[in-house]
Amino acid sequence: MSPSTFRKLEVAMPWLVIGSSLAIWEAAVRLFAVREFILPAPTVVVNALIAFHEPIISNSLFTLMNTLIGFGIGVGVGLFLGIMIGSSRLVYAGLYPILVGINSVPKAAVVPVLVLWMGIGQPPAITTAFLLSFFPIAVNVATGLATTEPELEDVLRSLGASALDILLKVGIPRSMPYFFASLKVAVTLAFVGAVISETIASNDGIGYLMLQAASQFRTALMFAGLIVIAAMGILTYLFFVLIEQKVTGWATRKQDVMMTGG
Amino acid sequence: MDKPAAPDFVDIRDVMLRYGESGGTVALDGLDMRVGKGQFVAVVGPSGCGKSSLMKLVTGLQKPTRGSIFVEGSPVNGPLKIVGMAFQNPTLLPWRNLLRNVMLPLEIVRPHRAQFRAQRKKYEARARELLEVVGLDGFEARYPWMLSGGMQQRANLCRSLIHEPELLMLDEPFGALDAFTREEMWGILQDLWMERGFTCIFVTHDLREAAYLADVIFVMSARPGKIINVHRVDLPRPRTLQSTFDPAFIEIVQKIRNEIAQVRQEGKTRHKAGGS
Repeated sequence: MSPSTFRKLEVAMPWLVIGSSLAIWEAAVRLFAVREFILPAPTVVVNALIAFHEPIISNSLFTLMNTLIGFGIGVGVGLFLGIMIGSSRLVYAGLYPILVGINSVPKAAVVPVLVLWMGIGQPPAITTAFLLSFFPIAVNVATGLATTEPELEDVLRSLGASALDILLKVGIPRSMPYFFASLKVAVTLAFVGAVISETIASNDGIGYLMLQAASQFRTALMFAGLIVIAAMGILTYLFFVLIEQKVTGWATRKQDVMMTGG
Repeated sequence: MDKPAAPDFVDIRDVMLRYGESGGTVALDGLDMRVGKGQFVAVVGPSGCGKSSLMKLVTGLQKPTRGSIFVEGSPVNGPLKIVGMAFQNPTLLPWRNLLRNVMLPLEIVRPHRAQFRAQRKKYEARARELLEVVGLDGFEARYPWMLSGGMQQRANLCRSLIHEPELLMLDEPFGALDAFTREEMWGILQDLWMERGFTCIFVTHDLREAAYLADVIFVMSARPGKIINVHRVDLPRPRTLQSTFDPAFIEIVQKIRNEIAQVRQEGKTRHKAGGS
């Protein structure tokens, strides 16, 4: 195989896999005559998507908004916590166990508590999205700060640099690749949070829509909802991959250069 | 503590350094060292003899457990701002191009940091000039990871000199470079030193490097480190690679090599005796 065909194939691979999976799915449903309320064929799901596009769009926009608001708060809090944990051993010792504890509680179990405090709908959805997204950001930023070379710290301290100087000039820029890498993970987790909360306690949103569809055995509509969630997740993920490449290219280009031996 | 009568630029008196509490490792003990202003001094010794601890003491990053250190006649109580430092690891910032890497100390050290924005053009010119001296003109806009190890180390030297320090502390700066690049760096460093006249303390374990560069070579014992011998290198400047074949050069390298072999041997036997 010539290198150029290999590269073309590499680009085509994800589409080939998606296309063939859908084809196998469609064929299997028809071949074994699977009933629609158990597993609808892809074509049926697409029909549902088109037929119910109005409620799907309005509900997914609601979910998207909750996700992004929760994620936005998660970015702020995660960045702040990450910088605190990464730059002070005392804060690390005090906060890290608690953060791990918070992170290991299943968020579905927290939603009822949130509903008790905030009612149903948007507030618990935003909060759950936030709770799921801040942790990877905080941990990544803290890790990035911890990679500051001690020699460089000595060089700067000998020049009279304060801890804040070192944080601003070296620590934070160095942790940016970790920060942007965590954003793409965090934003998909924020979707998970928003949808969980909507499924449990909401009258709007794609999670609520799917729950309604399930209670009426409209399986095709449920799958349509799943596809919309996946699509939104992938798009926001790609958005942050793009930002990552733009902002912290120096961190990844380094590897490219080394790989090509340049 | 009595002040030194005739102040040398760097004056280390009977310094002991112990890490941790009273049971901790003693890195240096009974260390005495004097460095005149404008002198180029090399410190050599077996590995683990506390050469790097010496760097931290003189720059004020570490306080001695006992003894005193004076720089320019006044005791060292905290980080000195008149020093430049460079280590084996170039530690250039990958998100800054060479010019901005070299200018980093000016954003930190007083009084430059206050005027950094206003004087940016002037500082840039200064950084360019320095990069030109080490042969990196034309690379100002490159990023460190695009450059070879030797080029990164040259930029690192520029960074340690940009704020025109009076004292340059170098800790095995050429240790990770290949032999040819290293010898090239000797010439560059010697040129910089002869042109700028700073005082330089150079920690290394390469004896040829020490003899090529230094006016005075301090030989340290195994841990806990102290100065066991001082050699003057009276070869004419500027030295070239040709000087390294001079019988006087070879003789001094040979002599120091024997001394270090001896202290290493003593260190081993003492270690054995202590262990049994």
